[in-house]
Amino acid sequence: MKIVVGMRQLADLVEELEVADSGVDIDRDFVKFVSNEWDEAALEEALLIKEQVGGEVVVVALDEPDVDQTLYSAIAKGADRAVKIVGVEEGWTPTRLRAQLLAKYLESEGDWDAFFTGVQAADDLDGQLAGLIGASLGVAHAAVVSKAEPEGPALRITQELGGGTLAESVAEGKVVLGVQAGRQAPRYAPITRIRQAMSSTTIESFEAPEVELGPGPKVRKLYPPESKGQATMLEGDPVEVAEKIVEIIRTKGLVR
Amino acid sequence: MSNEVLVINERVQGEIPDLTFELIGKGRELAQALGGSVSVAMIGDLSSLDAFGGADKVYTVEHPVFGSGYSAQAWEEAVAEVVAVARPKVVLFGTGTIGIDLAGSIAYREKAPLASYVVDLKVEGSDVVAVSQLYGGKLLAESLLEGETVVATVIAGSFPSEAGRSGGSPEVVSVAAPKSLDSLTLRPVAVKEPEKSGVDITAADLLVSVGRGVGSQANIEMLQELADALKVPLSASRPVIDQGWLPKPHQVGKSGKKVKPKVYLAFGISGAPEHLEGMRSSELIIACNTDPKAPIFEVAHYGTTLDLFDLVPEILEKLEA
Ligand SMILES: Cc1cc2nc3c(=O)[nH]c(=O)nc-3n(C[C@H](O)[C@H](O)[C@H](O)COP(=O)(O)OP(=O)(O)OC[C@H]3O[C@@H](n4cnc5c(N)ncnc54)[C@H](O)[C@@H]3O)c2cc1C
Ligand SMILES: Nc1ncnc2c1ncn2[C@@H]1O[C@H](COP(=O)(O)O)[C@@H](O)[C@H]1O
Repeated sequence: MKIVVGMRQLADLVEELEVADSGVDIDRDFVKFVSNEWDEAALEEALLIKEQVGGEVVVVALDEPDVDQTLYSAIAKGADRAVKIVGVEEGWTPTRLRAQLLAKYLESEGDWDAFFTGVQAADDLDGQLAGLIGASLGVAHAAVVSKAEPEGPALRITQELGGGTLAESVAEGKVVLGVQAGRQAPRYAPITRIRQAMSSTTIESFEAPEVELGPGPKVRKLYPPESKGQATMLEGDPVEVAEKIVEIIRTKGLVR
Repeated sequence: MSNEVLVINERVQGEIPDLTFELIGKGRELAQALGGSVSVAMIGDLSSLDAFGGADKVYTVEHPVFGSGYSAQAWEEAVAEVVAVARPKVVLFGTGTIGIDLAGSIAYREKAPLASYVVDLKVEGSDVVAVSQLYGGKLLAESLLEGETVVATVIAGSFPSEAGRSGGSPEVVSVAAPKSLDSLTLRPVAVKEPEKSGVDITAADLLVSVGRGVGSQANIEMLQELADALKVPLSASRPVIDQGWLPKPHQVGKSGKKVKPKVYLAFGISGAPEHLEGMRSSELIIACNTDPKAPIFEVAHYGTTLDLFDLVPEILEKLEA
């Protein structure tokens, strides 16, 4: 089975995010970019399938800050090839544009069986990737996938419907999946393996073609939520704060 | 083009989700501003049709394939057909699995703009303005949706559901099942309910909840000790479950359990919208997170930016004293 995995970089949410002077984008100069965590789950599921039934895993990403690190790390984990889509303007890339570019790349790859990517990214303002790629290629798609298991030439797909309810379906033919969680947590790539990948692998380039972006939301402003100032901050050292917390629970009658 | 607001009812089986009523309620407000009506698309399971008194019209699509479970492709074809018949001005999905599955492809097929992670919507002239929660809730984006048809996916809990429940008796329009449903390449097989488990985090008055900030499985032990000392279950955010540090029945949130304890103690949880969906209606929330900008502090009643590794041992000490 040949599985293409779409990966991307995303501002690290643990960091402080500032709005740029334009008022409609984050200030990208000082943020750290990391691999989207759900894409890592998608990669893991693809690697598991390859280990079960053989085949090839190709990772593809737009050229974004520190993306090489993500691609080499994917190779170190077991992906066979890495492709970078180059020539895209820096800054926020609408998901619809990502989808169009990836669709073009997938058309050029031709013989793939499945495309996996993360269920979502935290700046997917204009929709999640899997549905957009599926629609633009006219290929069946499913999101919030927690398992994709080979069943002969087909894939048995498990989706989470919420509250623990699971839906199973079988994909016969090409499919695009938005992965929420793999059957196991993403494997770890030791730094030595990543170094090895860096010296033995050449990241392929795919020149971004002209695409028709289509209609999207027009962002008017990006801003931090107005703090409702609801949380009363408990001040003091750990001993004092612990005391206050225990006191609050006790007042609620929940500690003897 | 009509000025109809079409709500996609995200129900595969079981009860009609609250979210559908939230969308109908908000849909009514938008429809009034647009001078149009509110309709609901009901795919497959047509039971509880009479729940939709809050809408003017219900479109139904029936086909044997919906009896076998859920297939994103089957739903996409059915919803696309309803949209083709209704020609709505606005299509509203929730950010549940069905919304995540279909909003992008329906918007793409309709050449319509889509805003996701929406927490507020209003009409401006003949356009719709959406406010979306981005970056895990750290920023909001206000955007303009222009076009004959626009699509939005709404985060659960953004609007009151009561408004969507009242009303009269809607007209029922049966939409012919599209031929494409006979030749799916993504076939539904089964829908499985969660297995019963020993822990029931929904029944507890007090929950000790742990997030990715705990760092490792080994560190969970300390929080377990705290839960044990308080004689309550340990609950967790999704990454803790996905890492395999705790079993699935302990998960709070959109894809886990909805909890409403008297007190919810959150340690190392950022407060992403999908987590808040499961716990924001707790009576009292106390959050410990080293990041003062963490969105959890927007729903918490009490907060501390102390390191959980400094704080938890002191709470334990205090309890044992
Ligand atoms: C379809 C879908 C469904 C989902 N369903 C759920 C769900 O049901 N439940 C759920 O929880 N999530 C769900 N998610 C995931 C959700 O988007 C977030 O990824 C998740 O909630 C983040 O979990 P977290 O807060 O534990 O981790 P993070 O967001 O990584 O936050 C960790 C926090 O710990 C803090 N921290 C770090 N170290 C310390 C320390 N020493 N002391 C104190 N604080 C510290 C950090 O400041 C940070 O804020 C879902 C996502 C999708 C796409
Ligand atoms: N989700 C987002 N995060 C950050 N910036 C965004 C986001 N969406 C749109 N933008 C910015 O908004 C501006 C206008 O977007 P658009 O009109 O959709 O092309 C662009 O400069 C983008 O950088």
